[in-house]
This record gives sequence, structure tokens and C-alpha cells, in this order.
Amino acid sequence: MIPHRLTRMRRGATAPFMEDMSSLWETLGEAAMRRIAVLAGFMALSACINVNAPAEPIVIELNINIKQEVLYRLVDSAEQNIEANPEIF
Amino acid sequence: MTAHMLTKTAISLAAAAMIVAPAAASVQRDPAYAAARANGTIGEKIDGYLGFVGSPDGSLRAKIDDINIRRKASYAERARAEGVTIEEFAFAQGCILIARTSPGEKYQAPDGSWQTRGSGAARLDPRCPSVG
Repeated sequence: MIPHRLTRMRRGATAPFMEDMSSLWETLGEAAMRRIAVLAGFMALSACINVNAPAEPIVIELNINIKQEVLYRLVDSAEQNIEANPEIF
Repeated sequence: MTAHMLTKTAISLAAAAMIVAPAAASVQRDPAYAAARANGTIGEKIDGYLGFVGSPDGSLRAKIDDINIRRKASYAERARAEGVTIEEFAFAQGCILIARTSPGEKYQAPDGSWQTRGSGAARLDPRCPSVG
């Protein structure tokens, strides 16, 4: 890949610079900004990462983790169940 | 009878009903079921159902099986309303039922062994919500 370098140094960060994006445009100039855009485009193309899916499926066992949360929310209904059916508890 | 007297009667009746209501719950158990709980033939399991600690006679077994079937029906109905599995609801119910056993009654500890409820708290599964 061809190394790219900005032709002009960027001015140090000042309060108005940081607040207003239009000043960035003025500082670097339209041509420089366009070059940055082109460079970003090249980087996006060259930075493609191939992800190979694993041969075995990923199994996440959530049953145990979820259970405790589920139990907490069932307490009220379980207590009502005892009141509604006292003969079986 | 004046309106005032009627109001007083209604209030006293309501008060009497409130006193009687909690006592009625324990009275509604079948005598054979209540006796089996008290003498430790049966106990509360972790899964929300009754289990046999000793060897019950045929009529008691039939009675407990019937209670467990009716328990399962109630769990199924409520599990559906809550959007959980019957097993999950039954387990939550089991936590409460074990926590509420009376001293002398049997319950299943997290390791699966039968325990006799003492004066202290029952040994509950660590996933059980803290219930009284």
C-alpha cells in the first residue's frame, strides 16, 4: 500500500476549532478534506477482514443464569397459588 | 334495626371473617395428607411436588399422587400466564413450600437428601428467592 501523508500540518486544537466543524474545513481546505475522504475509502477497502464461521455451532447455555431472575419474578404468583388452592399445599 | 346498627354488624362480621380466614387454610388439608406431613411419611421436594420419604400405603400414595397432579395443573396455568416453563414455576413454588414447612416436617435439601425441618430456616437451593 502507498503511504499517504497529509500535505499540511493540522493546527493545534483550540476551543472554536473543537466547537465548529466548519473551521476544520477552513483550516485544512477543501482539497485536503477530499484527500482524507479518498484515503478513508482506500483504508475501508484494504481493511476487509475475512471471518470464517466455526465448524461447530456455538451453544450458549443460558438456562442456569436466567433461572434465578425468573424465580424472583414468580414469587408473587406462587404465593397467590397457595392462597387460591390451600388444599393441595 | 337502625342503619347505624346494621353498619356495626357489618363491621363486626367483616372483622370476624378476617380472623377466621388464615386459620381456614391449614384446616382445608385432607386429614390423611396432614397426618402424613406431620409424621414425615411425605415431604416437600425441590421440584415443587410432594415426595415419599418412607413407604406409604396404597391409599396415601393415591392421595399424594392426586395432589401432585392438581399441583401440576395449577403450575401449568400460572406458568403459561407468566411465560415460563412448568418446571421453572414449579421450582419457584418449591422454594416457597420448603421455606414454609413447619418444624418436624420433611423437605428435600439442595443435595437431594431428606431433611427434617428444625426450628431454624430450611436449607434452600441458592437460586431460591429469599422468601419467608
